[in-house]
Amino acid sequence: MPKRTDIQSILIIGSGPIVIGQACEFDYSGTQACRVLREEGYRVILANSNPATIMTDPDFADATYIEPLDVRVLEKIIERERPDVVLPTLGGQTGLNLAMELVEHGILDRFDVELIGADAEAIATAEDRERFKIAMTEIGLEVARSGVAHDIEESRRVVEEVGLPVIIRPAYILGGRGTAITSTLEEFERAATHGLECSPISEILIEESIAGWKEFELEVMRDKADNCVIICSIENFDPMGVHTGDSITVAPAQTLSDVEYQQMRDASFACIRRVGVETGGSNVQWAVHPDNGRQVIIEMNPRVSRSSALASKATGFPIAKIAAKLAVGYTLDEIPNDITEKTPASFEPSIDYVVTKVPRWAFEKFPGTSGVLGTSMQSVGEVMAIGRTFPESLQKALRSLEQGRYGLNCDPGEALFDGTESDHLLELAATATPDRPFQLEVLLRRGVSIEVIFEATGVDPWFLDQMLIITEERSHLATRSFDSMSRREWRRAKQIGFSDAQLGYLWGHSERAVRDARTAAGVRTTFKTVDTCAAEFEAATPYHYSTYEDTDEVQPGSRERVIILGSGPNRIGQGIEFDYCCVHASFALRAAGYETVMVNCNPETVSTDYDTSDRLYFEPLTLEHVTDIIESEDPLGVIVSLGGQTPLKLADQLPPELVLGTSPASIDVAEDREQWSALCNRLEIPQPAGGTAVEIDQALVITKRIGYPALVRPSYVLGGRAMEIVYDDDHLRRAMAELAGFGSLGKEGGLSAERPVLVDRFLEDATEVDVDAIRDHTGEVVIGAVMEHVEEAGVHSGDSACIIPPVRLSDDTVSVIEDYTRRIAAELDIRGLINVQYAVKANQVFVIEANPRASRTVPFVAKATGVPLAKVASRVMVGATLAELRIEGLLCERVESDHVSIKEAVLPFNRFPDADALLGPEMRSTGEVMGIDLTPGLAFVKAQLAAGTRLPESGRIFLSLADRDKDLGVAAAQIFSQLGFGIVATAGTSAALEDAGIDVDLVVAKLGDHEGVHAVDLIQQGEVQMVVNSPRGRGPRADGAHIRSAAGLANVPLLTTGAAAVAAARGMRDWSHHPLRVRSLQEYHQGTTTDQLSIEWGSS
Amino acid sequence: MSEIREYQLVLADGEVFEGEGIGADTIDGVASGEVVFNTVLTGYQEVLTDPSYAGQIITFTYPHIGNYGVTAADDESARPFCRGVVVRELARRHSNWRSEGDLDTFLRRHGVAGIAGIDTRRLTRHIRDAGSMAGAFGSADTAALKARADGEAGTAGGGLVDLVSTKESYVVGEGPRDVVAYDLGVKSTMLRHLGELATVTVVPADTSAADVLALSPDGVLLSNGPGDPEEAGSIVTELPTLLGRVPIFGICLGHQVLSLALGGRTFKMKFGHHGGNVPVQDTRTGRVEITSQNHNFAVEAGSVPNVTETHICLNDGALEGLVANDVPAFSVQYHPEAGPGPHDSRYLFDQFAELMDAHAQAH
Repeated sequence: MPKRTDIQSILIIGSGPIVIGQACEFDYSGTQACRVLREEGYRVILANSNPATIMTDPDFADATYIEPLDVRVLEKIIERERPDVVLPTLGGQTGLNLAMELVEHGILDRFDVELIGADAEAIATAEDRERFKIAMTEIGLEVARSGVAHDIEESRRVVEEVGLPVIIRPAYILGGRGTAITSTLEEFERAATHGLECSPISEILIEESIAGWKEFELEVMRDKADNCVIICSIENFDPMGVHTGDSITVAPAQTLSDVEYQQMRDASFACIRRVGVETGGSNVQWAVHPDNGRQVIIEMNPRVSRSSALASKATGFPIAKIAAKLAVGYTLDEIPNDITEKTPASFEPSIDYVVTKVPRWAFEKFPGTSGVLGTSMQSVGEVMAIGRTFPESLQKALRSLEQGRYGLNCDPGEALFDGTESDHLLELAATATPDRPFQLEVLLRRGVSIEVIFEATGVDPWFLDQMLIITEERSHLATRSFDSMSRREWRRAKQIGFSDAQLGYLWGHSERAVRDARTAAGVRTTFKTVDTCAAEFEAATPYHYSTYEDTDEVQPGSRERVIILGSGPNRIGQGIEFDYCCVHASFALRAAGYETVMVNCNPETVSTDYDTSDRLYFEPLTLEHVTDIIESEDPLGVIVSLGGQTPLKLADQLPPELVLGTSPASIDVAEDREQWSALCNRLEIPQPAGGTAVEIDQALVITKRIGYPALVRPSYVLGGRAMEIVYDDDHLRRAMAELAGFGSLGKEGGLSAERPVLVDRFLEDATEVDVDAIRDHTGEVVIGAVMEHVEEAGVHSGDSACIIPPVRLSDDTVSVIEDYTRRIAAELDIRGLINVQYAVKANQVFVIEANPRASRTVPFVAKATGVPLAKVASRVMVGATLAELRIEGLLCERVESDHVSIKEAVLPFNRFPDADALLGPEMRSTGEVMGIDLTPGLAFVKAQLAAGTRLPESGRIFLSLADRDKDLGVAAAQIFSQLGFGIVATAGTSAALEDAGIDVDLVVAKLGDHEGVHAVDLIQQGEVQMVVNSPRGRGPRADGAHIRSAAGLANVPLLTTGAAAVAAARGMRDWSHHPLRVRSLQEYHQGTTTDQLSIEWGSS
Repeated sequence: MSEIREYQLVLADGEVFEGEGIGADTIDGVASGEVVFNTVLTGYQEVLTDPSYAGQIITFTYPHIGNYGVTAADDESARPFCRGVVVRELARRHSNWRSEGDLDTFLRRHGVAGIAGIDTRRLTRHIRDAGSMAGAFGSADTAALKARADGEAGTAGGGLVDLVSTKESYVVGEGPRDVVAYDLGVKSTMLRHLGELATVTVVPADTSAADVLALSPDGVLLSNGPGDPEEAGSIVTELPTLLGRVPIFGICLGHQVLSLALGGRTFKMKFGHHGGNVPVQDTRTGRVEITSQNHNFAVEAGSVPNVTETHICLNDGALEGLVANDVPAFSVQYHPEAGPGPHDSRYLFDQFAELMDAHAQAH
């Protein structure tokens, strides 16, 4: 059946900001969909609020709406674009939920728009747990015993029938939010209440707990002719009880016999047919009882999912791309498999390697969280590794995490468990935590039996035995030394996945010495190919992984090759923005005739799509693996400055002549405090007073000189890791002790003379400014944008909203900033991108730091101004001049005069209810959104809405402000008051407001007081529609923390800085005057916002 | 850990692979056969016990083999007939509730020698490019292994069907019809499915048509089996007697001998189809089935007179099924019974039942 010709235009709903449970895998799937549908000749309209995505590049859709993913906004887009159909299955849970809202609001009917991929009925059958259970029972599949409840009374009745332990799952949630296992009635009451709150429709499923069972997933595809195939089977290393997004998972399934696998396959097909997903991909999750094989269906996602991205990367079968084609009417047999080119997509991939995915968590960023894994997803990213065997792929995956581990122990990190008795360690391992695999290896090394460990942890004996192979090999290697290893022994050690660094650790030699001895013995890495067919057919697509076998399959081409090092797992501080930069570099360099070679280990990304580059190496970003690839490719050079800190850290270990762009020596000047200060002095650019310290005594000497408050931060980290503002000596001591401790930064290398702590005077109430710029080898500098932060200095730039163009800075100040940036770029001899951060206080500009690399704002700047910075920079790095690129047309003029762009951070506090929802110098946001409109106020409101905060249009606003925020608070309250909001305040704040002539409706009592109304109660009772609460220095966590926590739980908009309150107030004012308007990025970039409103710009 | 047995695998064209011995010891340090590769991810036991592999050394492309152990329920015949097995990694510990033992012990018990630690991907690519060929592995030196590979007939020549076929007739199943199944190397899963439709009398491959007709069956199944269909023995000459008198369903080798009997031609493929993921399209409906396959020979498309070609392989266009126009007979090249593999094609057994019922009504 050929594609549909009755439709011309397709609306694709993206997944919005990166949040826990929904990461850049949906950029990968959405990008594929946009690309393939445009190739098919359809007009593609895209809605997504996330500017860091590739899919929101204006090149990928005909009309790209970077607008809030909100049903009212989508309605406007539909009204304006009149698409024929909506494809909702590629934008994660967000896309699916929005599609359902569009249906429920009658919007699709009104504009005669059809849902393709999955219809409302299918979505509801899969998503509504009760309906799903009935449907599955109807077709004879087994489900866990369960019942549904909508309130606590009903919950109690259900649990009586089902019996404890039970698992509670809220309906219509994402990433398992609010899900919990409980085994006592008391726990149950609490969890049920929380679950009901988490569900947007206040519905929870209470079911028999199948914790400890084996867990599997099958990725299913179906076309409209009802052909069904399984793309990939996945087995979880962690048994049921840990959210699959937080589990180590392995493809293909390892311990299912064919009889069981085929039963599961048949049942998965029955499931997708019954649910009624007409076309596309779905994943079906299964629990299998380890003792009797009983198969119970857990859930199915009627859409492309995180697992589909993993399955695509694991097999080479591009699920999202095929799903998009199926949605427009093709059948699987009509679509060629683009890896083999000769065979069709209607087959089931066979693989001849093992894939292991390991999640990456960020518990260290959220003090107060337990670090225990459970049924609610908490990881912020993941890595995938490919090896010929499980031990090899597991070890590669663990070192891909970039948490200082070399593999499965056999590294300095293993010392963590030295002092722990085995009995206790076994108890610890019984609870799933990020440390569990390492704990298991230690137990095996100490001789604890597989049976005992299985009993305690539920980890399948096959997996444990595979780990034991690693352990036993280590014991053998410990009796050898690198000069006595035979070729066969070297090969075996490498086949089991030992890195040279692990062997160096074991033998007390350098990684380099190990590598030299190994290669002298003739044992070198070989690269194999991911080809969907286990080598049965020739592969046309060069997608490689390293292993130690007889033959190598890489065939470098004849053109000049550039290796681009990616950014590894998503983590807080280093996410999709850097993948965007790497992907853009690949696109730009390919277009310029280079052969591009991508190296990355993150399965969620566009960079690890085999279509993105000429060759893809799915490999850990460690020195050993990167060196192997350099040896294999013999490249012109390596790009290290686009993937964030990950590749930058490798720069000085690579051959310097191969590092493209800014030299490693310059990178070091920017990172090294002493050299950097000397540079600023030479240029006479002011910077906050400061110094470097390794010991507390040195730090105290510095603060004596510069005074408090001081900003304390480690060098060579990203995302403000462990950064803190200290107000006195004691506070400084605590901060230094924390930095020196193993638990936190120790994992990332610890403190040393090479990696000292930076101690700087902290400029309170300064305005922070970010600049992205590019310099070429002729010395020309192009300023990408000057961005003004909404929050004052002290809030990490990644967590702060920022605005293009600046609204509070004078033209003169902007000129000074641009001038400083040019001079710094020249002095550092930058070739490519540089990001410089400034603080402006009383019209004086201080430089804070310079990063000779792509920053996380690069994609935002590109979307705001229309200048493809990353593409331009990558060309500059291989020698093009800005002048040449201007002639070529790649470098264009910024478009910025008629619109305002605001980037807002999205924070994961709802996942960590025990952590305080405060912004500070340590970055904690997982993602970002962008609001574009004609005034700063409107753009701010859109940015808030996109970030999930719907600012109120009426009601009461509660204010509780620190003294230093009171001026701003008053300014904001004035506007709130004018807009007709009621004002509630604490006593102190209230006094300040009344002094300024603002009426306060209600003054709340302090939490401890017995008299009066408490803020927390008001929030819980829905009496307050917005909370402005700024913290008072670093005092004890008193009222403020409770208020913020209450606001978070009640889903009441919360602003924690005075600056944000003012921005919100202005936005609410503009919003009250002007109707919601949407415009595409293409229109903004053409500078043709034809329906330009004749409105006055928000006062600034 | 037991002593490592250092082995080599040498192909007839001189390619050498290093590995170590698994399973039974080789006889005089050498095991030989035609080397083929199979791409299934699960189902190693069913593959190893499929009699169609007689004369062959099976290479598994999936690196971990033996993970879930073995169980008698998964045997496709009383014993393996393959000449050896090549794997990357043999599981030393298995884990599955169905398991009754480990694969290594199974191989030893049945006298099947194997070689592990091989770069099976290199071997697979070599066979893919050069075609399946004879090989020998074991502890003997390279020259001895090469000499043995050179002299290895593999699946050429006859005798393989006789080797695997039952010597005595026997009855399986309790279905309402009566079917005679020619055991050319039949798999037990095939008989199990057939047994649900019919009471099945399994007869030796050299049973005459007259003896079959004497049982007055409702239908005849021609089973799968090893080797070259032209060397499959008397079945090809007996078949014309059965055609038209009794409905016939041919599977795999059964499909090939039926085609020969109908006047078609067969040929040896470069490296055959061995796996559980092969897309086959029913050209009448457009539906795609993912099929389990195991064949090194195929029927030449267009060579069989008076048939409708019903199924093709989407990977390479190979003929995968046909229906005779004038007589009640149809056949498929692949394995609708699966074991191992997908169940997409089990409907063919029902079609066989319908054909038998229609034939019974008409006569």
